[in-house]
Amino acid sequence: MKIESLDPRIQRLGLTESEPDAVVLTQEDNFITYEVFHQKKKGSQHIHVGIVHAPNDEMAMLAAKETFGRRGATTSLWIVKSANVVATAAEDEDIFESTPDKLHREAGIYKTREKIEAYQKNNPA
Amino acid sequence: MVINNKEALVDLLLKIADDEFIIGHRISEWIGIGPTLEEDITFGSIAQDKVGHSQNMYELVAELTNTSPDTLAFKRPSSEFKSCELVVLPNAGYDKALVRHFLFDHAEFIRFELLMNSSYEKLSHLAKKFRSEIKYHIYHGNTWMKQLSSANEESKGKIQTQINELYPLTLGIFEKTPLESEIISSGYFAGEDELKSRYFAHVNELLTSYGLTYPSIDTNMEVNAGRNGIISAHLTPLISEMREVFDLESGVDW
Repeated sequence: MKIESLDPRIQRLGLTESEPDAVVLTQEDNFITYEVFHQKKKGSQHIHVGIVHAPNDEMAMLAAKETFGRRGATTSLWIVKSANVVATAAEDEDIFESTPDKLHREAGIYKTREKIEAYQKNNPA
Repeated sequence: MVINNKEALVDLLLKIADDEFIIGHRISEWIGIGPTLEEDITFGSIAQDKVGHSQNMYELVAELTNTSPDTLAFKRPSSEFKSCELVVLPNAGYDKALVRHFLFDHAEFIRFELLMNSSYEKLSHLAKKFRSEIKYHIYHGNTWMKQLSSANEESKGKIQTQINELYPLTLGIFEKTPLESEIISSGYFAGEDELKSRYFAHVNELLTSYGLTYPSIDTNMEVNAGRNGIISAHLTPLISEMREVFDLESGVDW
């Protein structure tokens, strides 16, 4: 069967799935995907900024530093193998749907809290 | 600020600036063709740091000699460049690029560490400013060296071959000029011998820790090459290539 690719260069080669010299990649032949979390200043939250691919933790950190830490302020980076992230199933998205008129349960309170803290800090009693 | 020996100071600044400028360009040649996307970004960023260092150093020279950094970088004849052979050498494979980067950057890191105590305040200030960048550069070089020398026989063999070829060229980094004793006595820099002894102690230990060997060379040998006007055969073609765009419209404000 012909391999269908979005890359026109691959498409032009007219490769089939049973190429005689095809290199078969197993999972270990591919780099590992890592999620990168970036901290802007000490004490603030690490925020997810993207991914890097690398063969191991050390090389992933090396790549993450320059890929996500080279612009703007950075105090710390966390990297986590994407495979270690536990996620909800896509088909369960509806479990987050809440019946209307429950604003008191929404997370806006956290933003308000930040504002109150900033005000208190700038206006000591 | 009173400058007691301008000639010696300019001599020191220029050789450092020229090395940074040339290695920055050599590393930048990998932009777009690096082995992985992440590494392409990283090495390109390192190149930018190096060229940035050279710009800062050329600014100091320009101030002392009443010229401009652009003139020093783009209008000076290649015969007046003081870069060492290790940085001028043309690129081949990524193995060579990484080993060159590893070998050069450890000398660079120790040099700027020593320059943090320079009697020329503007220079010690720059040395402190560059420190965090070069610290990442050596972390980058070390991580790759460790990775490739422990991955498999092929990768280890490639790194070892490059070490055997490039290690002797590191001596050129420490080549003295006739003004060396004045550079030291004015307190501008602790001197090439001091740098060299720290360098080999450190780099040899690292290479051994990666399971690599290094060629036995006479580290006391004095080199007479790039720093003293005997320029590399690869330098002039490189400089003309670097100037191609600048020369298209000379005098344009960049």
